[in-house]
Amino acid sequence: MQMKRVVIAGVVVLAASALAVANPNPAGGTISGKVTYEGTPKKMKPIDMSKEPSCAKMYATPPTGESVVTGPGNVLQDVVVYISAGAPDDAAPSSAAVFTQKGCRYIPHVLAFQVNQELKIVNEDQTSHNIHPMPKLNREWNKSQPPGTPPISEKYDKAEFIPVKCNVHPWMHGNFAVLKNSHYAVTGESGSFTLPNLPPGKYTVTAWQEEYGDQSQEVTISGGETKTVTFVFKAKPY
Amino acid sequence: MRRINFARIAVNVVLAAALPLAAGAQQMESHIGNLTGHSDAGRQLYFRYCWGCHGPHGNGMGENEPWVTPQPRNFVAAVFKCRSTPTGTLPLDSDLFNTLKRGFNFTNMPSWAALTDQNRADLVAFIKTFSPRWKSEKPGDPIQIPPEPTLTIGSIKHGQELFQKLECWKCHGQEGRGDGPSASTLTDSNDQPIRPYDFTSDNRSKCGRTNQDLYKIFMTGVDGTPMPSFADVVKPEDAWDLVHFLRTLQYNNPSPELTMWEGTPEGKAIVAAKRVKQTYTGSGVKP
Repeated sequence: MQMKRVVIAGVVVLAASALAVANPNPAGGTISGKVTYEGTPKKMKPIDMSKEPSCAKMYATPPTGESVVTGPGNVLQDVVVYISAGAPDDAAPSSAAVFTQKGCRYIPHVLAFQVNQELKIVNEDQTSHNIHPMPKLNREWNKSQPPGTPPISEKYDKAEFIPVKCNVHPWMHGNFAVLKNSHYAVTGESGSFTLPNLPPGKYTVTAWQEEYGDQSQEVTISGGETKTVTFVFKAKPY
Repeated sequence: MRRINFARIAVNVVLAAALPLAAGAQQMESHIGNLTGHSDAGRQLYFRYCWGCHGPHGNGMGENEPWVTPQPRNFVAAVFKCRSTPTGTLPLDSDLFNTLKRGFNFTNMPSWAALTDQNRADLVAFIKTFSPRWKSEKPGDPIQIPPEPTLTIGSIKHGQELFQKLECWKCHGQEGRGDGPSASTLTDSNDQPIRPYDFTSDNRSKCGRTNQDLYKIFMTGVDGTPMPSFADVVKPEDAWDLVHFLRTLQYNNPSPELTMWEGTPEGKAIVAAKRVKQTYTGSGVKP
Protein backbone atom coordinates (compact mmCIF):
# COMPACT_ATOMS: atom_id res chain seq x y z
CA MET A 1 0.00 0.00 0.00
CA GLN A 2 2.70 2.40 1.04
CA MET A 3 4.79 1.20 -1.92
CA LYS A 4 1.93 2.04 -4.27
CA ARG A 5 1.63 5.56 -2.81
CA VAL A 6 5.36 6.16 -3.43
CA VAL A 7 4.99 4.97 -7.01
CA ILE A 8 2.02 7.27 -7.59
CA ALA A 9 3.93 10.19 -6.10
CA GLY A 10 6.85 9.36 -8.36
CA VAL A 11 4.62 9.30 -11.43
CA VAL A 12 3.14 12.68 -10.47
CA VAL A 13 6.61 14.20 -10.06
CA LEU A 14 7.70 12.77 -13.43
CA ALA A 15 4.58 14.06 -15.13
CA ALA A 16 5.15 17.50 -13.65
CA SER A 17 8.75 17.61 -14.85
CA ALA A 18 7.67 16.38 -18.29
CA LEU A 19 5.19 19.25 -18.41
CA ALA A 20 7.91 21.70 -17.52
CA VAL A 21 10.09 20.39 -20.36
CA ALA A 22 7.18 20.67 -22.79
CA ASN A 23 7.06 24.42 -22.14
CA PRO A 24 9.33 25.82 -24.88
CA ASN A 25 10.59 28.61 -22.65
CA PRO A 26 10.84 27.31 -19.13
CA ALA A 27 12.04 30.66 -17.83
CA GLY A 28 10.97 32.96 -20.69
CA GLY A 29 8.36 35.58 -20.15
CA THR A 30 6.62 37.75 -22.70
CA ILE A 31 5.72 41.40 -22.76
CA SER A 32 2.95 42.24 -25.17
CA GLY A 33 0.48 45.03 -25.66
CA LYS A 34 -0.76 47.80 -27.84
CA VAL A 35 0.21 51.34 -28.74
CA THR A 36 -2.60 53.86 -29.10
CA TYR A 37 -3.07 57.61 -29.15
CA GLU A 38 -5.51 60.01 -27.59
CA GLY A 39 -6.54 63.33 -29.05
CA THR A 40 -6.48 64.27 -32.71
CA PRO A 41 -3.40 63.46 -34.76
CA LYS A 42 -2.50 65.79 -37.60
CA LYS A 43 -3.90 64.86 -40.97
CA MET A 44 -1.30 63.33 -43.27
CA LYS A 45 -1.26 65.19 -46.57
CA PRO A 46 -1.14 63.46 -49.96
CA ILE A 47 2.39 63.47 -51.41
CA ASP A 48 2.82 65.35 -54.67
CA MET A 49 5.14 63.15 -56.74
CA SER A 50 4.54 64.99 -60.02
CA LYS A 51 8.24 65.91 -60.20
CA GLU A 52 9.03 62.19 -60.41
CA PRO A 53 6.60 60.72 -62.99
CA SER A 54 8.15 57.23 -62.81
CA CYS A 55 7.01 57.05 -59.17
CA ALA A 56 3.78 59.05 -59.47
CA LYS A 57 2.38 56.58 -62.02
CA MET A 58 2.70 53.73 -59.51
CA TYR A 59 -0.19 55.10 -57.46
CA ALA A 60 -3.86 55.33 -58.42
CA THR A 61 -4.34 57.89 -55.64
CA PRO A 62 -1.37 59.78 -54.23
CA PRO A 63 0.04 58.16 -51.07
CA THR A 64 -0.03 60.18 -47.86
CA GLY A 65 2.77 61.12 -45.49
CA GLU A 66 3.87 58.48 -42.99
CA SER A 67 5.24 60.35 -40.00
CA VAL A 68 2.07 59.46 -38.01
CA VAL A 69 0.24 56.35 -39.23
CA THR A 70 -2.94 55.44 -37.35
CA GLY A 71 -5.43 52.59 -37.54
CA PRO A 72 -8.97 51.72 -36.36
CA GLY A 73 -9.33 51.86 -32.58
CA ASN A 74 -6.84 54.73 -32.27
CA VAL A 75 -3.86 52.43 -32.76
CA LEU A 76 -0.47 53.81 -33.79
CA GLN A 77 1.67 52.08 -36.39
CA ASP A 78 5.42 52.29 -36.91
CA VAL A 79 6.15 52.60 -33.19
CA VAL A 80 9.37 50.91 -32.06
CA VAL A 81 8.88 49.05 -28.77
CA TYR A 82 12.12 47.83 -27.25
CA ILE A 83 13.88 46.93 -24.02
CA SER A 84 15.93 50.00 -23.20
CA ALA A 85 17.29 48.75 -19.88
CA GLY A 86 17.54 45.44 -18.03
CA ALA A 87 18.60 43.22 -20.94
CA PRO A 88 22.25 42.59 -21.86
CA ASP A 89 23.54 43.77 -25.25
CA ASP A 90 23.18 41.06 -27.91
CA ALA A 91 25.56 40.13 -30.70
CA ALA A 92 24.26 41.17 -34.11
CA PRO A 93 22.37 38.47 -36.03
CA SER A 94 23.90 37.27 -39.29
CA SER A 95 20.82 38.19 -41.31
CA ALA A 96 20.66 41.63 -42.92
CA ALA A 97 17.99 44.23 -42.27
CA VAL A 98 16.59 45.31 -45.64
CA PHE A 99 15.47 48.86 -46.46
CA THR A 100 13.81 49.21 -49.85
CA GLN A 101 13.14 52.29 -51.95
CA LYS A 102 10.01 51.60 -53.96
CA GLY A 103 7.58 54.08 -55.47
CA CYS A 104 9.74 56.87 -54.02
CA ARG A 105 8.93 55.72 -50.51
CA TYR A 106 10.88 53.80 -47.90
CA ILE A 107 9.70 50.28 -47.11
CA PRO A 108 9.49 49.85 -44.20
CA HIS A 109 9.06 53.43 -43.07
CA VAL A 110 10.71 52.53 -39.77
CA LEU A 111 13.40 49.86 -39.90
CA ALA A 112 14.64 48.47 -36.58
CA PHE A 113 17.88 46.49 -36.42
CA GLN A 114 20.78 45.88 -34.11
CA VAL A 115 24.12 47.54 -33.56
CA ASN A 116 26.64 46.14 -36.08
CA GLN A 117 23.93 44.22 -37.95
CA GLU A 118 24.21 44.41 -41.73
CA LEU A 119 21.91 47.00 -43.25
CA LYS A 120 21.08 46.40 -46.90
CA ILE A 121 19.61 49.25 -48.92
CA VAL A 122 17.85 48.38 -52.18
CA ASN A 123 16.61 50.65 -54.98
CA GLU A 124 13.69 49.12 -56.90
CA ASP A 125 12.77 52.38 -58.61
CA GLN A 126 13.53 53.59 -62.12
CA THR A 127 15.07 56.77 -60.73
CA SER A 128 18.25 57.68 -58.86
CA HIS A 129 17.95 58.06 -55.12
CA ASN A 130 20.48 59.28 -52.64
CA ILE A 131 20.40 57.70 -49.21
CA HIS A 132 21.26 60.30 -46.62
CA PRO A 133 20.83 59.10 -43.01
CA MET A 134 21.37 61.95 -40.54
CA PRO A 135 22.87 60.41 -37.38
CA LYS A 136 24.18 62.40 -34.43
CA LEU A 137 26.31 59.69 -32.79
CA ASN A 138 27.23 57.50 -35.76
CA ARG A 139 29.10 58.51 -38.88
CA GLU A 140 27.19 60.56 -41.40
CA TRP A 141 27.47 59.39 -45.01
CA ASN A 142 25.48 60.12 -48.14
CA LYS A 143 25.45 57.76 -51.12
CA SER A 144 23.89 57.84 -54.54
CA GLN A 145 22.03 54.77 -55.80
CA PRO A 146 20.99 54.94 -59.47
CA PRO A 147 18.49 52.36 -60.79
CA GLY A 148 19.85 48.87 -61.34
CA THR A 149 22.87 49.29 -59.08
CA PRO A 150 23.65 46.67 -56.42
CA PRO A 151 22.39 47.06 -52.83
CA ILE A 152 24.36 49.28 -50.48
CA SER A 153 25.69 47.45 -47.42
CA GLU A 154 26.36 49.42 -44.26
CA LYS A 155 26.29 49.07 -40.49
CA TYR A 156 26.09 51.32 -37.45
CA ASP A 157 28.18 50.78 -34.35
CA LYS A 158 26.20 52.93 -31.89
CA ALA A 159 22.55 52.66 -30.80
CA GLU A 160 20.57 55.60 -32.15
CA PHE A 161 17.35 56.65 -33.87
CA ILE A 162 18.41 58.02 -37.25
CA PRO A 163 16.20 60.00 -39.62
CA VAL A 164 16.80 59.09 -43.27
CA LYS A 165 16.16 61.26 -46.28
CA CYS A 166 16.60 61.42 -50.02
CA ASN A 167 17.66 64.90 -51.07
CA VAL A 168 16.52 64.37 -54.66
CA HIS A 169 12.96 63.54 -53.57
CA PRO A 170 12.25 65.80 -50.59
CA TRP A 171 9.09 63.93 -49.55
CA MET A 172 11.04 60.73 -48.94
CA HIS A 173 11.72 60.29 -45.31
CA GLY A 174 12.21 57.24 -43.09
CA ASN A 175 13.87 56.09 -39.90
CA PHE A 176 16.49 53.64 -38.71
CA ALA A 177 16.17 52.38 -35.15
CA VAL A 178 19.60 50.99 -34.21
CA LEU A 179 19.12 48.96 -31.03
CA LYS A 180 21.43 47.25 -28.56
CA ASN A 181 19.56 43.96 -28.09
CA SER A 182 17.27 41.62 -29.98
CA HIS A 183 14.17 42.37 -27.88
CA TYR A 184 12.27 44.81 -30.08
CA ALA A 185 9.19 45.07 -32.26
CA VAL A 186 7.70 47.64 -34.62
CA THR A 187 3.92 47.98 -34.44
CA GLY A 188 1.95 47.11 -37.55
CA GLU A 189 -1.65 47.74 -38.58
CA SER A 190 -3.06 46.40 -35.32
CA GLY A 191 -0.77 48.61 -33.21
CA SER A 192 0.19 45.57 -31.14
CA PHE A 193 3.60 44.24 -30.24
CA THR A 194 5.10 41.14 -28.62
CA LEU A 195 8.51 40.83 -27.00
CA PRO A 196 8.96 37.09 -26.29
CA ASN A 197 11.75 35.04 -24.66
CA LEU A 198 12.55 37.40 -21.83
CA PRO A 199 14.44 35.80 -18.93
CA PRO A 200 13.20 36.74 -15.44
CA GLY A 201 14.26 40.24 -14.53
CA LYS A 202 13.30 43.85 -14.25
CA TYR A 203 12.99 45.62 -17.60
CA THR A 204 12.39 49.08 -18.91
CA VAL A 205 10.17 48.91 -21.97
CA THR A 206 10.29 51.97 -24.21
CA ALA A 207 8.03 52.95 -27.08
CA TRP A 208 9.35 55.44 -29.64
CA GLN A 209 7.35 57.33 -32.23
CA GLU A 210 9.16 59.66 -34.60
CA GLU A 211 6.95 62.69 -33.92
CA TYR A 212 5.65 62.01 -30.42
CA GLY A 213 8.96 61.02 -28.83
CA ASP A 214 9.27 58.14 -26.40
CA GLN A 215 7.78 56.84 -23.18
CA SER A 216 8.89 54.06 -20.86
CA GLN A 217 7.43 51.63 -18.34
CA GLU A 218 9.00 49.28 -15.82
CA VAL A 219 8.00 45.64 -16.13
CA THR A 220 9.14 42.73 -13.94
CA ILE A 221 9.14 39.24 -15.43
CA SER A 222 9.38 36.44 -12.92
CA GLY A 223 8.71 33.31 -14.99
CA GLY A 224 6.94 32.11 -18.10
CA GLU A 225 4.23 34.69 -17.71
CA THR A 226 2.90 37.21 -20.24
CA LYS A 227 2.64 40.77 -19.04
CA THR A 228 0.50 43.28 -20.88
CA VAL A 229 1.70 46.83 -21.32
CA THR A 230 -0.19 49.65 -22.98
CA PHE A 231 1.36 52.82 -24.34
CA VAL A 232 -0.83 55.84 -25.00
CA PHE A 233 0.69 58.78 -26.85
CA LYS A 234 -0.82 62.26 -26.81
CA ALA A 235 -1.47 63.13 -30.44
CA LYS A 236 -0.40 66.54 -31.68
CA PRO A 237 -2.90 68.13 -34.05
CA TYR A 238 -0.20 69.92 -36.08
CA MET B 1 14.34 84.43 -37.42
CA ARG B 2 17.13 83.81 -35.00
CA ARG B 3 17.44 86.23 -32.15
CA ILE B 4 20.67 87.52 -30.73
CA ASN B 5 21.41 85.50 -27.66
CA PHE B 6 23.26 87.87 -25.33
CA ALA B 7 23.53 85.24 -22.63
CA ARG B 8 25.36 82.96 -25.07
CA ILE B 9 27.71 85.74 -26.12
CA ALA B 10 28.51 86.44 -22.48
CA VAL B 11 29.17 82.76 -21.80
CA ASN B 12 31.36 82.55 -24.89
CA VAL B 13 33.41 85.56 -23.83
CA VAL B 14 34.00 84.11 -20.38
CA LEU B 15 34.81 80.68 -21.80
CA ALA B 16 37.13 82.09 -24.40
CA ALA B 17 39.10 83.73 -21.66
CA ALA B 18 39.26 80.53 -19.63
CA LEU B 19 39.57 77.88 -22.33
CA PRO B 20 42.98 78.55 -23.82
CA LEU B 21 44.33 77.76 -20.38
CA ALA B 22 42.00 74.89 -19.51
CA ALA B 23 42.03 72.94 -22.78
CA GLY B 24 45.65 71.92 -22.48
CA ALA B 25 44.74 68.35 -21.64
CA GLN B 26 44.56 67.17 -25.25
CA GLN B 27 47.51 67.29 -27.62
CA MET B 28 47.23 66.62 -31.32
CA GLU B 29 49.56 66.70 -34.26
CA SER B 30 48.94 67.09 -37.95
CA HIS B 31 51.20 65.85 -40.72
CA ILE B 32 51.15 67.45 -44.14
CA GLY B 33 54.09 66.47 -46.30
CA ASN B 34 57.18 67.47 -44.31
CA LEU B 35 55.21 69.77 -42.05
CA THR B 36 54.17 68.82 -38.53
CA GLY B 37 51.48 70.94 -36.91
CA HIS B 38 51.07 71.20 -33.12
CA SER B 39 47.77 71.85 -31.41
CA ASP B 40 49.35 74.04 -28.72
CA ALA B 41 50.48 76.52 -31.34
CA GLY B 42 47.20 76.09 -33.21
CA ARG B 43 45.20 77.01 -30.11
CA GLN B 44 46.70 80.50 -30.02
CA LEU B 45 45.79 81.02 -33.68
CA TYR B 46 42.32 79.53 -33.26
CA PHE B 47 41.43 81.93 -30.45
CA ARG B 48 42.65 84.79 -32.56
CA TYR B 49 41.13 84.01 -35.97
CA CYS B 50 38.53 81.25 -35.79
CA TRP B 51 36.54 81.19 -32.58
CA GLY B 52 34.35 84.19 -33.50
CA CYS B 53 32.38 81.91 -35.82
CA HIS B 54 33.36 78.36 -34.84
CA GLY B 55 33.06 79.11 -31.12
CA PRO B 56 35.23 78.37 -28.09
CA HIS B 57 34.01 74.76 -28.06
CA GLY B 58 34.51 74.30 -31.79
CA ASN B 59 30.84 73.41 -32.20
CA GLY B 60 30.10 76.17 -34.71
CA MET B 61 28.31 78.28 -32.11
CA GLY B 62 30.57 81.32 -31.97
CA GLU B 63 29.08 84.73 -31.33
CA ASN B 64 28.85 85.45 -35.07
CA GLU B 65 26.90 82.26 -35.74
CA PRO B 66 23.43 83.90 -35.81
CA TRP B 67 24.51 85.99 -38.80
CA VAL B 68 26.34 83.30 -40.72
CA THR B 69 24.73 81.12 -43.41
CA PRO B 70 25.57 78.33 -43.98
CA GLN B 71 26.33 77.81 -40.30
CA PRO B 72 29.99 77.60 -39.27
CA ARG B 73 31.38 74.06 -39.32
CA ASN B 74 30.88 72.05 -36.15
CA PHE B 75 34.27 70.46 -35.41
CA VAL B 76 32.75 68.35 -32.63
CA ALA B 77 30.61 66.46 -35.17
CA ALA B 78 33.71 66.16 -37.38
CA VAL B 79 31.73 66.01 -40.64
CA PHE B 80 33.79 67.70 -43.35
CA LYS B 81 32.83 68.74 -46.86
CA CYS B 82 36.06 68.57 -48.83
CA ARG B 83 37.79 65.23 -48.49
CA SER B 84 39.84 62.87 -50.58
CA THR B 85 38.47 60.05 -48.37
CA PRO B 86 35.18 58.11 -48.79
CA THR B 87 31.87 59.49 -47.53
CA GLY B 88 31.39 59.10 -43.77
CA THR B 89 35.11 58.93 -42.99
CA LEU B 90 37.47 61.50 -41.51
CA PRO B 91 39.46 63.62 -43.98
CA LEU B 92 43.23 63.60 -44.33
CA ASP B 93 45.18 66.34 -42.57
CA SER B 94 46.10 67.64 -46.02
CA ASP B 95 42.38 67.95 -46.94
CA LEU B 96 41.78 70.28 -43.97
CA PHE B 97 45.03 72.11 -44.70
CA ASN B 98 43.99 72.76 -48.31
CA THR B 99 40.51 73.83 -47.20
CA LEU B 100 42.03 76.46 -44.89
CA LYS B 101 44.10 77.83 -47.73
CA ARG B 102 41.22 77.80 -50.23
CA GLY B 103 38.36 79.00 -48.06
CA PHE B 104 34.79 78.27 -49.13
CA ASN B 105 33.18 80.10 -52.00
CA PHE B 106 29.58 81.22 -51.36
CA THR B 107 30.09 81.08 -47.57
CA ASN B 108 31.54 83.33 -44.87
CA MET B 109 34.66 81.16 -44.62
CA PRO B 110 37.51 83.18 -46.13
CA SER B 111 40.75 81.94 -47.56
CA TRP B 112 43.53 81.78 -44.96
CA ALA B 113 46.27 81.94 -47.58
CA ALA B 114 47.70 84.91 -45.67
CA LEU B 115 48.81 82.60 -42.85
CA THR B 116 52.00 80.58 -43.19
CA ASP B 117 51.92 76.87 -44.03
CA GLN B 118 53.10 76.17 -40.48
CA ASN B 119 50.22 78.26 -39.07
CA ARG B 120 47.70 76.29 -41.09
CA ALA B 121 49.25 72.96 -40.08
CA ASP B 122 49.04 74.03 -36.41
CA LEU B 123 45.39 75.01 -36.84
CA VAL B 124 44.57 71.63 -38.39
CA ALA B 125 46.16 69.94 -35.37
CA PHE B 126 44.07 72.06 -32.98
CA ILE B 127 40.80 71.50 -34.88
CA LYS B 128 41.34 67.79 -34.33
CA THR B 129 41.22 68.21 -30.53
CA PHE B 130 37.49 69.02 -30.60
CA SER B 131 36.12 65.61 -31.58
CA PRO B 132 36.91 62.27 -29.92
CA ARG B 133 36.56 60.71 -33.39
CA TRP B 134 40.16 61.76 -34.15
CA LYS B 135 41.30 59.48 -31.32
CA SER B 136 39.05 56.50 -32.04
CA GLU B 137 39.09 56.50 -35.86
CA LYS B 138 41.66 56.81 -38.59
CA PRO B 139 41.01 58.94 -41.67
CA GLY B 140 39.54 56.91 -44.54
CA ASP B 141 41.75 55.50 -47.28
CA PRO B 142 41.88 58.17 -49.98
CA ILE B 143 39.96 57.24 -53.12
CA GLN B 144 42.23 56.21 -55.97
CA ILE B 145 42.28 58.60 -58.92
CA PRO B 146 43.66 56.97 -62.06
CA PRO B 147 45.59 59.21 -64.48
CA GLU B 148 43.33 61.41 -66.57
CA PRO B 149 42.70 59.82 -69.98
CA THR B 150 43.15 61.80 -73.18
CA LEU B 151 40.34 64.20 -73.85
CA THR B 152 38.09 63.14 -76.74
CA ILE B 153 34.66 64.12 -78.05
CA GLY B 154 33.56 60.59 -77.22
CA SER B 155 34.54 61.15 -73.60
CA ILE B 156 32.56 64.40 -73.40
CA LYS B 157 29.53 62.78 -75.07
CA HIS B 158 29.63 59.85 -72.69
CA GLY B 159 29.87 62.29 -69.78
CA GLN B 160 26.79 64.02 -71.14
CA GLU B 161 24.91 60.69 -71.08
CA LEU B 162 26.06 60.04 -67.53
CA PHE B 163 24.85 63.48 -66.44
CA GLN B 164 21.39 62.34 -67.59
CA LYS B 165 21.62 58.77 -66.33
CA LEU B 166 22.88 59.64 -62.85
CA GLU B 167 20.27 62.40 -62.71
CA CYS B 168 22.75 65.12 -61.78
CA TRP B 169 20.28 67.53 -63.42
CA LYS B 170 17.66 66.87 -60.73
CA CYS B 171 19.56 69.36 -58.57
CA HIS B 172 22.13 71.00 -60.84
CA GLY B 173 19.69 71.62 -63.73
CA GLN B 174 19.87 70.53 -67.35
CA GLU B 175 22.24 73.40 -68.16
CA GLY B 176 24.18 73.07 -64.91
CA ARG B 177 22.82 76.34 -63.57
CA GLY B 178 21.95 74.88 -60.16
CA ASP B 179 18.24 75.20 -60.88
CA GLY B 180 17.03 71.58 -61.21
CA PRO B 181 13.55 70.51 -60.03
CA SER B 182 14.81 69.51 -56.55
CA ALA B 183 17.11 72.52 -56.09
CA SER B 184 14.68 74.67 -54.16
CA THR B 185 14.00 71.95 -51.58
CA LEU B 186 17.59 71.18 -50.60
CA THR B 187 18.77 71.58 -47.03
CA ASP B 188 22.09 70.81 -45.38
CA SER B 189 22.57 68.71 -42.25
CA ASN B 190 21.65 71.71 -40.07
CA ASP B 191 18.30 71.97 -41.92
CA GLN B 192 19.40 75.22 -43.53
CA PRO B 193 18.62 75.81 -47.22
CA ILE B 194 21.59 75.19 -49.49
CA ARG B 195 22.15 75.81 -53.21
CA PRO B 196 23.53 73.24 -55.61
CA TYR B 197 26.64 74.38 -57.48
CA ASP B 198 25.97 76.57 -60.51
CA PHE B 199 28.46 75.42 -63.15
CA THR B 200 27.73 78.44 -65.33
CA SER B 201 28.84 80.91 -62.67
CA ASP B 202 32.40 82.12 -62.91
CA ASN B 203 33.09 80.80 -59.43
CA ARG B 204 35.13 77.74 -58.77
CA SER B 205 33.41 74.95 -56.86
CA LYS B 206 33.74 74.73 -53.10
CA CYS B 207 36.36 72.01 -53.00
CA GLY B 208 38.84 73.19 -55.62
CA ARG B 209 39.27 74.09 -59.26
CA THR B 210 41.27 71.30 -60.94
CA ASN B 211 39.90 68.32 -62.86
CA GLN B 212 41.15 66.11 -60.04
CA ASP B 213 39.17 68.20 -57.55
CA LEU B 214 36.00 67.79 -59.64
CA TYR B 215 36.62 64.03 -59.79
CA LYS B 216 36.99 63.90 -56.01
CA ILE B 217 33.87 65.95 -55.31
CA PHE B 218 31.38 63.56 -56.87
CA MET B 219 33.26 60.40 -55.93
CA THR B 220 33.58 61.28 -52.22
CA GLY B 221 30.43 63.38 -51.96
CA VAL B 222 30.26 66.61 -49.99
CA ASP B 223 29.43 65.39 -46.48
CA GLY B 224 26.92 67.43 -44.51
CA THR B 225 25.22 68.57 -47.75
CA PRO B 226 22.77 66.87 -50.16
CA MET B 227 25.62 65.97 -52.55
CA PRO B 228 26.04 62.18 -52.31
CA SER B 229 29.04 59.97 -53.04
CA PHE B 230 29.07 58.16 -56.40
CA ALA B 231 32.16 56.08 -55.65
CA ASP B 232 30.18 52.82 -55.42
CA VAL B 233 28.24 53.32 -58.65
CA VAL B 234 30.55 55.11 -61.10
CA LYS B 235 33.59 53.41 -62.63
CA PRO B 236 36.81 55.47 -62.63
CA GLU B 237 36.89 55.79 -66.44
CA ASP B 238 33.25 56.93 -66.44
CA ALA B 239 34.08 59.44 -63.72
CA TRP B 240 36.70 61.06 -65.96
CA ASP B 241 34.17 61.27 -68.81
CA LEU B 242 31.78 63.07 -66.47
CA VAL B 243 34.54 65.50 -65.43
CA HIS B 244 35.15 66.32 -69.10
CA PHE B 245 31.48 67.02 -69.68
CA LEU B 246 31.12 69.12 -66.51
CA ARG B 247 33.87 71.42 -67.79
CA THR B 248 31.78 72.20 -70.89
CA LEU B 249 28.98 73.45 -68.63
CA GLN B 250 31.35 76.16 -67.37
CA TYR B 251 30.93 78.14 -70.56
CA ASN B 252 32.51 81.29 -69.08
CA ASN B 253 35.57 79.38 -67.99
CA PRO B 254 37.97 78.65 -70.89
CA SER B 255 39.16 75.03 -70.85
CA PRO B 256 40.39 72.45 -73.36
CA GLU B 257 37.10 70.61 -72.83
CA LEU B 258 35.04 73.69 -73.70
CA THR B 259 37.13 74.43 -76.79
CA MET B 260 36.76 70.87 -78.06
CA TRP B 261 33.01 70.86 -77.33
CA GLU B 262 32.50 74.12 -79.19
CA GLY B 263 34.35 72.58 -82.12
CA THR B 264 31.41 70.23 -82.75
CA PRO B 265 28.12 71.45 -84.28
CA GLU B 266 26.11 70.06 -81.35
CA GLY B 267 28.37 71.57 -78.70
CA LYS B 268 28.56 74.88 -80.49
CA ALA B 269 24.77 75.18 -80.61
CA ILE B 270 24.40 74.26 -76.93
CA VAL B 271 27.03 76.73 -75.73
CA ALA B 272 25.77 79.51 -78.03
CA ALA B 273 22.24 79.07 -76.66
CA LYS B 274 23.60 79.51 -73.14
CA ARG B 275 25.42 82.68 -74.08
CA VAL B 276 22.16 84.43 -74.91
CA LYS B 277 22.21 87.57 -72.79
CA GLN B 278 18.99 88.56 -71.10
CA THR B 279 17.95 92.19 -71.14
CA TYR B 280 16.04 93.65 -68.22
CA THR B 281 12.82 93.42 -70.20
CA GLY B 282 13.43 89.70 -70.74
CA SER B 283 14.02 89.74 -74.51
CA GLY B 284 17.02 87.70 -75.55
CA VAL B 285 19.91 89.28 -77.44
CA LYS B 286 22.50 87.02 -79.04
CA PRO B 287 26.06 88.32 -78.73
